[in-house]
Amino acid sequence: MQPVTTNRKLMWWGINTIVLLYAFIPVFWLVSLSLKDDQTLNDGKYFPTSPTDDNYLSIFKNEDFVRALINSIGICVIATLVAIVLGTMAAYAIARLQFPGKKAIVAMALLVSMFPQIALVTPLFKIETALGLFDTWPGLIIPYITFALPLAIYTLSAFFREIPWDLEKAAKMDGATPYQAFRQVITPLAMPGVFTTAILVFIACWNDFLFALSLTSTSQARTVPAAMSYFTGATTFEKPTGPIAAAAVVITIPIVLFVLVFQRRIVAGLTSGAVKG
Amino acid sequence: MTATPTSAAAEAAAESMEDETTQIARQRFTEAKRAERKLGLMLVAPAVVLMLAVTAYPVLYAMWLSLNRADLRRPGENKFIWFDNYVTVLSSPIWWTAFGVTALITVISAALELVLGMVLAIVMHRTLVGRGLVRTSALIPYAIVTVVAAFSWRFAWTEDLGWLAPSGSAPLTKFGSSIMIIILAEVWKTVPFMALLLMAGLALVPEDLLKAASMDGASAWKRFWLVTVPLIKPAILVALLFRTLDAFRVFDNIFILTSGANETSSVSMVTYSNLIRGLNLGIGSAMSVLIFITTGIIAFLFIKLFGAAAPGSDAGGRR
Repeated sequence: MQPVTTNRKLMWWGINTIVLLYAFIPVFWLVSLSLKDDQTLNDGKYFPTSPTDDNYLSIFKNEDFVRALINSIGICVIATLVAIVLGTMAAYAIARLQFPGKKAIVAMALLVSMFPQIALVTPLFKIETALGLFDTWPGLIIPYITFALPLAIYTLSAFFREIPWDLEKAAKMDGATPYQAFRQVITPLAMPGVFTTAILVFIACWNDFLFALSLTSTSQARTVPAAMSYFTGATTFEKPTGPIAAAAVVITIPIVLFVLVFQRRIVAGLTSGAVKG
Repeated sequence: MTATPTSAAAEAAAESMEDETTQIARQRFTEAKRAERKLGLMLVAPAVVLMLAVTAYPVLYAMWLSLNRADLRRPGENKFIWFDNYVTVLSSPIWWTAFGVTALITVISAALELVLGMVLAIVMHRTLVGRGLVRTSALIPYAIVTVVAAFSWRFAWTEDLGWLAPSGSAPLTKFGSSIMIIILAEVWKTVPFMALLLMAGLALVPEDLLKAASMDGASAWKRFWLVTVPLIKPAILVALLFRTLDAFRVFDNIFILTSGANETSSVSMVTYSNLIRGLNLGIGSAMSVLIFITTGIIAFLFIKLFGAAAPGSDAGGRR
């Protein structure tokens, strides 16, 4: 519209800086808390005056935390893989095939995504106790997959609709076997969508607190967010600020890496499902 | 359909003219259709079964439990008691306080998120410099674990410890300031998500239309209200519906920030503490059902009020 002037650029840099501060101030605050030593912990300052790595050393010596970290990674990776496989199958069918009940399935996925998870906590607690799934990995993996499925189905079917499927036919005409056509033509086109969806699903699982808190009772399956709320300090009423901050930073690192490396894809994934869904 | 004799005769003639090859082709076609249906159903079956097993079944089970006395501390006294649990919950001031708190948090945070989300969406959409940088940093609050962010706010507002806490006061021990901090934490976390949904809408507004409006002398403010907003209304409604339902579930932030102290519990918090501390599954299930119904009412109102623009109304039909 208007020519890009230096002034306008400067104005935008100013606005961008506000966005950056907005996003990073609470995150850096945790980083600096995690680096403070016992003497300066309660000084109320934003930046640490005498940084130390004591808190990190202490949490990695804490068996409950290490165990929770393994639980978090294992449970979220398995839930993501299964949700992606089931979601890809369903999304392919919804995007490509004609079959009865398609509308009902899309509507059901929408309902599940709007579902109040707390309404499941009491019945799932009872059911999982009866089935012996309470406080186990599958006991968390199963609800995680369920609530990841709507997200996976919506995002993947939006991506799949964009794939030029006629290329598959063309490859077959050129003499490729159905497997070759799928493997060498369709798979490379579908992979970015599948990968993006996997990141979104993993972030959603990684974030869960309610199920992790109510469907576990020991460190056997408790994930980091739930374990963090159980960290105890010198007395029962005192929360160990430093170690909690360090644990918070540790589980934020993979998230920040995902966001830095895959920003474009995450934005595309979140918006594709939204506009068309 | 009333077929005239002539057209019927023509059809019959056409049918008799059909030779064997077309019949075989037609048969193949229907067979292919049947195979496609079968494949489609087989591919969606696992996802559908799982979603039904983990949501529909427990909800039905919760409905049954809510009509029973099911106290884990008194397992011998289980029996069918009709709506007694609902009477207990609905006549309890704890439930209504929590309901009010949840409604308050939901309305204020959804409203703030819509406004701030729109601002951020416009910034991400329009910025002339550092677009990737802005989008990347905006994704941080969306992607960060809610509990982590909640701890950051909690420490920030803790007296002596935090950089935000005014000296000589403990904001997280009073109702008003606690609610404000809970809303702050909710809003901080979800504005970027809202902004991304709205940005997707902004991308669909034709640039020519805005240019034309500008030529006609419309100010930026007018262009926004008269051109952009009507065009992105569907995106606004989708974003608002999802955020309202999401805000109504508020749990993580309250659990970490106040643990529900000073009557800051949400309905999710009350239901959770009833399960963990009260171990009363009948009461807990009654609360679950009530939350489920409320969510349904919110979704229904949105769809009724905004009609065709609501999500799902054209979900199956899109190609």
